[in-house]
Amino acid sequence: MQTMMQQMINGLSLGSIYALLALGYTMVYGIIKLINFAHGDIYMLGAFWGYYAINYLHFGFVGALLSAMVMASLSGVLIEYLAYRPLRNSPRIAALITAIGVSFFLENGMSFLFGANARNFPQVITTKTYYFFGVGISNVQLLILFTSLVLMVLLQFIIKQTTMGKAMRAVAVDPQAAQLVGINPDHVISFTFALGSALAGAAGVMIGLYYNSIDPLMGMVPGIKAFVAAVVGGIGSVPGAAVGGFLIGLLETGVQAIGLSAYKDAAVYLVLILMLVVLPAGLFGKRQREKV
Amino acid sequence: MKKSVVKALIGAGVVATSMLVLAGCTTKSATNKGNTAGDTVKIGVNMELSGAVAGYGEQEKQGVELAIKQINANGGVKVGKDKKKLKAVYRDNKSSTGGAAAVAAQLANNEKVVAIVGPATTNNGTASIPNVTKAAVPMVGPSATDPNFTLQKNGKVQPYVFRACFTDTFQGQKAAIFANDTLKAKNVAIIADNSTDYGTGLTKAFKKKFAGKVAVTEYYQSGDKDFNAMLTNIKNKKIDAIYTPGYYSELGLLIKQARQSGIKVPIIGADGMADPKLAQIAGNENATDVYYTTPFSTLGTNRSSLVKTFMANYQKQYKAEAPTFSALAYDSVYMIKQAIEDQKSADSASIAKGLAKIKNMPGVTGTTSIDSKHNPEKPIAVEQLTQGKITKAYTVK
Repeated sequence: MQTMMQQMINGLSLGSIYALLALGYTMVYGIIKLINFAHGDIYMLGAFWGYYAINYLHFGFVGALLSAMVMASLSGVLIEYLAYRPLRNSPRIAALITAIGVSFFLENGMSFLFGANARNFPQVITTKTYYFFGVGISNVQLLILFTSLVLMVLLQFIIKQTTMGKAMRAVAVDPQAAQLVGINPDHVISFTFALGSALAGAAGVMIGLYYNSIDPLMGMVPGIKAFVAAVVGGIGSVPGAAVGGFLIGLLETGVQAIGLSAYKDAAVYLVLILMLVVLPAGLFGKRQREKV
Repeated sequence: MKKSVVKALIGAGVVATSMLVLAGCTTKSATNKGNTAGDTVKIGVNMELSGAVAGYGEQEKQGVELAIKQINANGGVKVGKDKKKLKAVYRDNKSSTGGAAAVAAQLANNEKVVAIVGPATTNNGTASIPNVTKAAVPMVGPSATDPNFTLQKNGKVQPYVFRACFTDTFQGQKAAIFANDTLKAKNVAIIADNSTDYGTGLTKAFKKKFAGKVAVTEYYQSGDKDFNAMLTNIKNKKIDAIYTPGYYSELGLLIKQARQSGIKVPIIGADGMADPKLAQIAGNENATDVYYTTPFSTLGTNRSSLVKTFMANYQKQYKAEAPTFSALAYDSVYMIKQAIEDQKSADSASIAKGLAKIKNMPGVTGTTSIDSKHNPEKPIAVEQLTQGKITKAYTVK
């Protein structure tokens, strides 16, 4: 029982990171139907910014987190402006391949500039482990869970309650119609990239603090797993991405808990395949009716 | 403007690809005599400088740079009566087998190098073998640990392939002996990197030699960051030690998470852990009761004057403590130098003969002799970390 509770905690803290990343995937997809494969690398940029902000600008955790969110937003907007906007009216496959190209560019560009070695993240918060009925949870794990939940609620508020959020939803439904009623889709798309990238930047700093190791390729695998989470939740759906993230985290932990650690990644990708075959719209996705 | 940049990039890509194709062609037409040295002795470096394992490639490149600098500062390498300077030609194989094979062909055929250092990993090294063999240029893998790396399919030795590191079998067995005899461990858990030949090879060798019981074996992939689930699993099993064959970038995290979740048993690993970054990632307070097998002990008692100079020079040049990979690459260059001086010739075919005959060459990773299978024989040590510092070095028989 204790072990099971402990595994739940492990799964939830892993899942909250996937959830934060999956939100970025899903928002961008919802609006411009592009799977932004460079999203995992923005998470890496956020982690590196946190590293420099703490080491050289002597920021605290909150300062590093907020500034990393700002820097990640800026890089997200810049990537959209330089790489995806010129391809807005091209076939979707061209934008998809560009996204993969941007991802390689960021990974290898950062390896070139800062070296490919893993580096230790400055520990601005000393890890303490609290025990409840024999189940350990560290202050950093609590912080990750708490920050993730706050950011997700904030995101939901922005999308549902603000004018910009309304514009985002409008563009997602029909960009041309939105334009007709006076919404500038370019602004809305930039805003979406900024929002999604800010979440990735926050995830980067939190992961840096939690695992104490960052490197230019750190975004690759979590990026793909977050993509799976977004698909499981229903790509395009914001609550779906959050739930999908936690589910993937719990699944990965569960597979290891029953002693099949060698197959934990395989299990995640198996779920991707099964979802695409059985329920392509995902748990929370809208089923699209084809008009004939 | 943007479009022209893209076009230029595409153009460059096309040229690069066609060069690769041309390089491939020349391999076939190359004669079997090998390359001869000019006024300078050119050594090729086929290394993982970008991509997944660029961390190791960079460290090895630094080791090569340092060795070449020192040899040249002392006047160069003695070829017969003359002294010739060394020159390294660095090429990035992008951590891919295709890249490594292409780089090997480029270095051997276009650059006409007389010997090659690298690649760092067994997979990329193995992919380079056909091209260096055709060109008759010897290759020294600083860290290709798979036992079969230097052997052909029929069990005969590869004439142009050498290595500077221990084989997985040797290291895994020594770790098992250490766990049996010194730590008196009866039940161990193994947490292995199953995405590399290194991790699986060591696991196999350890399991075969270990006299006690392997209670549980868990696997992870290179690049994994979260080990909490497997650690929670093994926490409830009665184990007295954990064997962790893999590399420091993941094992630093594993040690941190193990200690934080209250697992206090000794953790034993292999030379992939022998890096100052291990304790940095794990945190000094967590890196206690950690052991690893290594050819390269930085501890005082085992430290010869050779190691001291190497450590000091490395520190001066790169402002960091020298990692094992740099030391192995450094020794790889010195092995080539030794072969040239013994053979009194810097032709690639003679260097290959010389490398096979190296006896008792003083190196920073230990006094090295090359055996009939082109593996180095040198003493192995086990280092112990306490509070992130190396506090003791054991010798294992």
